[in-house]
Amino acid sequence: MAETEQRNPTGDFGFAPTSAVNADDTILNPRNEPRARPVRAILPRAPRGTGFDLCVYGATGAFVAVVVALFLELLWSSRLSIATFGFSFLWTSEWNPVTNQFGALPFIYGTIVSSGIAILLAGLVGVLAGAFLAEFCPIHFSGPLSFMIELLAAVPSVVYGLWGLFILAPLMHDYIEPFLQRYFGFLPIFSGTIYGVGMLTAGVILAIMIVPTVTAISRDVMAAIPQTQREAIWALGATRWQSFRMVVLPGARAGVFGACILALGRALGETIATTMVIGNRPAIEASLFAPGYSISSVIANEFTEATTQVYLSALIELGLLLFIISVTVNAVARVLLWTIFRPLEG
Amino acid sequence: MSRSSFSHNSRKVIGLIGVVLLATAASVAFASTQLTGAGSTFDYPFFSKAFYEYSQLHSDVTVNYQSIGSGGGIQQFIAQTVDFGASDVPMDADELKLAKEPVLQVPVTLGGEAIGYNLPGVAKGLRMTRQLIADIFLGKVTKWNAPELVKLNPGVKLPDLPITVVHRSDGSGTTYIFTDFLSHVSLEWKRKVGTGKSVQWPVGLGGKGNEGVAGQVRQSAGAIGYIELAYVLENEMTYALVHNRDGKYLYPSIETVAAAAATKPEVSSTDFSIVDAKGGDSYPISGYSWIMIYRKPSDPVRAQLTRATLEWLVTKGQAVAKTVDYVPLPANVQRNALRIIAEIQG
Repeated sequence: MAETEQRNPTGDFGFAPTSAVNADDTILNPRNEPRARPVRAILPRAPRGTGFDLCVYGATGAFVAVVVALFLELLWSSRLSIATFGFSFLWTSEWNPVTNQFGALPFIYGTIVSSGIAILLAGLVGVLAGAFLAEFCPIHFSGPLSFMIELLAAVPSVVYGLWGLFILAPLMHDYIEPFLQRYFGFLPIFSGTIYGVGMLTAGVILAIMIVPTVTAISRDVMAAIPQTQREAIWALGATRWQSFRMVVLPGARAGVFGACILALGRALGETIATTMVIGNRPAIEASLFAPGYSISSVIANEFTEATTQVYLSALIELGLLLFIISVTVNAVARVLLWTIFRPLEG
Repeated sequence: MSRSSFSHNSRKVIGLIGVVLLATAASVAFASTQLTGAGSTFDYPFFSKAFYEYSQLHSDVTVNYQSIGSGGGIQQFIAQTVDFGASDVPMDADELKLAKEPVLQVPVTLGGEAIGYNLPGVAKGLRMTRQLIADIFLGKVTKWNAPELVKLNPGVKLPDLPITVVHRSDGSGTTYIFTDFLSHVSLEWKRKVGTGKSVQWPVGLGGKGNEGVAGQVRQSAGAIGYIELAYVLENEMTYALVHNRDGKYLYPSIETVAAAAATKPEVSSTDFSIVDAKGGDSYPISGYSWIMIYRKPSDPVRAQLTRATLEWLVTKGQAVAKTVDYVPLPANVQRNALRIIAEIQG
């Protein structure tokens, strides 16, 4: 039975009576002897062309077609801007509607920095909250608490924006940013004039908006780790923290990472809440207290009034850039999942 | 059929009848002709009240106005998806060429822009010269107790706060009028920044809409921004006395803006700027808002209705303007407008 010491995907160490899968995908029965054929192959395949088949393939195909069409439409509508500015659009900082000179760098910077702050804060808080809900929370409270956290996700973005402008921004201006400047002001990111609105405030608002996503998914992924695993390590004398670190986290790592990427995707595209608190200034500055501008904010702000063709085309090219950034982030996450996390699951 | 499914079915039938009745009622309500317009957000409060009053007087017409921004309004008008467009800046030669058919542009309302500020301990009525306003928005004057301000306001205790400039982040006619004013009074502004619905501001934060700028000014001690008169009056904000060309310090008000408008009775879509107007009572930061219609609309019945609506709007409808803190057109401009409206064929 030596070959059954290999770990199966559910993480069991092999002595629990669950079915397992061999490396070559044949199913093992509870006594860990190979079954005659994989279960899926036993059921006959339905003939092609049935209504259900069409619906399923059609729905998927339609969705893929919409995404491809979206990308092509963005590309087509931004051809004037691409022709006028070429690749220098990506590293020019000037955004001048009067002289029709446009460059995307401040917006790319703003999008990435505000989303980066958001995922740092939300990732930390969300994973810890998810761990609490999955591991340490008394069973009677975990339901209501989870519900309340998920309620945060139901609040509309514009309400977050208003709250941010009227409550969070003064809070940042009066207490949090002066505090940071007093003790960490030697760092360039915490130097400079304090406005209340700015990159840091936008990052904080985005963090609050994406915390429910990270928490909910982390909690679900951690709760899915079989209890037998925890019992096994408790039997060896581990503390709660040790069992969390050695059993739950490794198993949940991929799911938590996926949750963070999903949340990051939401933060990258968030428009209204960001535009109300980011300060709307297309400038790149070292200080996090300074105002900035994100891609979605500038499109929302300037699209309806852009009358020259180059202006419109430049805004659409910004949309195309955001599309590409989001897709790239998701693609990189997928690749990381496959190369780093998948082998660890066995 | 069991009892429960019978009552379930009858409930479904009743629901269906209810929906059909509702749809019929809704369609009956829309038996009158609906004219559509789109454009300037500045006009929206005035239009929504004025058109409502008009449809009370004339039950055969309702006007549906979408405030999507001046640029959006012009685009929809060129695409002929609306009966009329509204914009704070009339269509220029390039846009008129895109329209293919001859366009009539009618002035319909006036706006003035107040310089609102937030200085703890300083009441309404800080004096500012036109050059000083330009220097503040250029970033050359950075503190409230700068010598230029102290000299103009000897009796006022100006705090040692940095000046936080707030401008519009979205493209707007309000910005156009303000930058037009600044270009008139400061050669440096004209050279460096220019006039436009969106410009590259040398300094300052951006707020979305008049509400965004006002909100930001109210939040930050030491902030200054340009805000539409109607909004400033409704919200009882502190605003400055601006020095006009003839040497008087004036508040923006219905009278002073109307006085500025009266200095150019021959206002037309090619010569529409009334900023920095002559005359002792003229407020320097004022501007018209325009409606554009085709000289020969495709549908003669709708053309008649549009003409009648616009005739009412520029004459009796101006009485509505005062009730929402908009400035009524002076008599000579009303006559001018009627002459243009009379050219609508159909």
